[in-house]
Amino acid sequence: MPGAIHAEGLVKTFGDVKALDGVDLDVPEGTVLGLLGPNGAGKTTAVRVLTTLLRPDRGRATVAGIDVLKRPQEVRHAIGLSGQFAAVDEYLTGRENLTMVGRLYQMSARQAKARATELLERFHLTDAADRTAKTYSGGMRRRLDLAAALVVSPPVMFMDEPTTGLDPRNRQQLWEVIQELVAGGTTLLLTTQYLEEADHLAHDICVIDHGRVIARGTSDELKARTGGERVELVVRDRQHLPTALEVLRGFGGDGATVEQHTRKVTAPVTGGARLLAEVIRELDARAVEIDDIGLRRPTLDDVFLSLTGHVAEEPGPEEEQAGEQAGEQADDRKPAPVRKGAAR
Amino acid sequence: MTATTEAAGPRAPRPVPQARGGAVVQSVRDSLVVARRNLIRMARIPEVVIFGLIQPIMFVVLFSYVFGGSIAVGGSTDPDTYREFLMAGIFAQTVTFATAGAGAGIADDMHKGLIDRFRSLPMARGAVLTGRTLADLVQTALTLVVLAVVAVIVGWRIHDGVLKALAGFALLLLLGYAFSWIGALIGLSVRTPEAATSGGLIWLFPLTFISNAFVPSDNMPAVLRHIAEWNPFSATVQASRVLFGNLPEGYPVPGAWPMQHPVLASLLWSVVIIAFFRALAVRKYRSAA
Repeated sequence: MPGAIHAEGLVKTFGDVKALDGVDLDVPEGTVLGLLGPNGAGKTTAVRVLTTLLRPDRGRATVAGIDVLKRPQEVRHAIGLSGQFAAVDEYLTGRENLTMVGRLYQMSARQAKARATELLERFHLTDAADRTAKTYSGGMRRRLDLAAALVVSPPVMFMDEPTTGLDPRNRQQLWEVIQELVAGGTTLLLTTQYLEEADHLAHDICVIDHGRVIARGTSDELKARTGGERVELVVRDRQHLPTALEVLRGFGGDGATVEQHTRKVTAPVTGGARLLAEVIRELDARAVEIDDIGLRRPTLDDVFLSLTGHVAEEPGPEEEQAGEQAGEQADDRKPAPVRKGAAR
Repeated sequence: MTATTEAAGPRAPRPVPQARGGAVVQSVRDSLVVARRNLIRMARIPEVVIFGLIQPIMFVVLFSYVFGGSIAVGGSTDPDTYREFLMAGIFAQTVTFATAGAGAGIADDMHKGLIDRFRSLPMARGAVLTGRTLADLVQTALTLVVLAVVAVIVGWRIHDGVLKALAGFALLLLLGYAFSWIGALIGLSVRTPEAATSGGLIWLFPLTFISNAFVPSDNMPAVLRHIAEWNPFSATVQASRVLFGNLPEGYPVPGAWPMQHPVLASLLWSVVIIAFFRALAVRKYRSAA
């Protein structure tokens, strides 16, 4: 049975650029899919297709079991969209914004007003409810935008880079709201450039680059593909580097590498924290002084780097908007060499 | 943030997903919701309305006192005659210049992501644009009222009764409404509100000057004269001039059909413009990327 969001072979071309080049997605009901990729990868285009804003050149999609291309108006009743920018009218008050959206979801005036009051309360905007959104902080606008997307409690939500441009505190708050939504049974498709965010919120992750899904799986699965854990240590004295290297090799880390200028030795290992204790004891026994040691698990940054051959950039939202809306891709990227075995 | 999850879950009470009433009812209802939103905005940014008034008032004063004595209409260079002749032209120019506002507003909504939000809602297709153009119509009507008061102060009068004068204003407003659909199309086609403002104004200068608005068309070179006589803008100017009783005695009415039947021509032109540009604008809106 197809999931709450299901897409097959989506293709969308803007001029010469293939913004989507055969994207398949499936998001089971009540789960979160993180769509992860750099600027211009096609994330926003995918969201725009699934939310009925853009017709794909090829492919098909259903949302909440409804065909996106054949019955877009019905899909619109079942979705909430929170885009890259807080799409609120800054000259209306928070309450007026939400009431208007409720009315446009075909609620009666009374229903729309009651729902607005409820949402303002829930998003801690009651005190600011009757001030124009112009006076809101960035975080408040984001909350108002999210509230607008939730007016009808849609079973399926789309959030396009919901925390771009937010400070850490507001980001944390928004994460909490998202987690509550999902706990309540909402299906969510979330795009992000922040690997940490996908790691934190998503059940499944799709890595997308140049309009193609280049890897998918849970965060753990993706990390496992990139390789297991590593010990990373920094010696105090450069002359101890060879000894430290020898010690790590002794623990089966044949792939150990040395970085002279940072006095760092890294080795892939298996055995976790227990092994770490043994390494420390051994170093101690050989009188190697260390400044730092740790067990490092691959982050999604590592995953991304190994999949695409470049790190995930995090430029401002303006650039993303311009790039994706105009259908232009950042041109400074080399074709992504997908590592063997990475995108199986 | 501590919030209850139940209000957000899919099991929260849902509104009936069907619009009550038919498509037409929904369309009217959604358009009014959007119009209301735009009117609230206008009330909160009164500068826009005020600046919109300064320009036509300046034109009234400049044209009637600077040019007034030098432009002959119907063989008379009496400034009072020209002032009466001029007003319909200024009124018409004012209602058409207001269209740039519609374009800028819609471009701004696109830029800020509001159009995306509207398009993701289950609302009537043309309602965002209809709501905007209706709100502009209200603003234009207010502007006309103020401008008419100023015109009366400088000596403009109606001569054929209030009903005909109201009909004249109705034709002017209809023209303004028609042109706001052109503005809407421009707003949807450009990337920034600034481009919509300048793009929405440039073409209005030749359109309003190659017309009978400020000077009689009979002294223009033949090509311009034909353009001026068939210009939709001229038809409305001529129609309201006739309805206000502002056509000077001895003024030679050109033989072109729209000038001979200005009221009908003005109506037809406006209806055609609305039908054509509304269709284009709604189409553009639905595929706005």
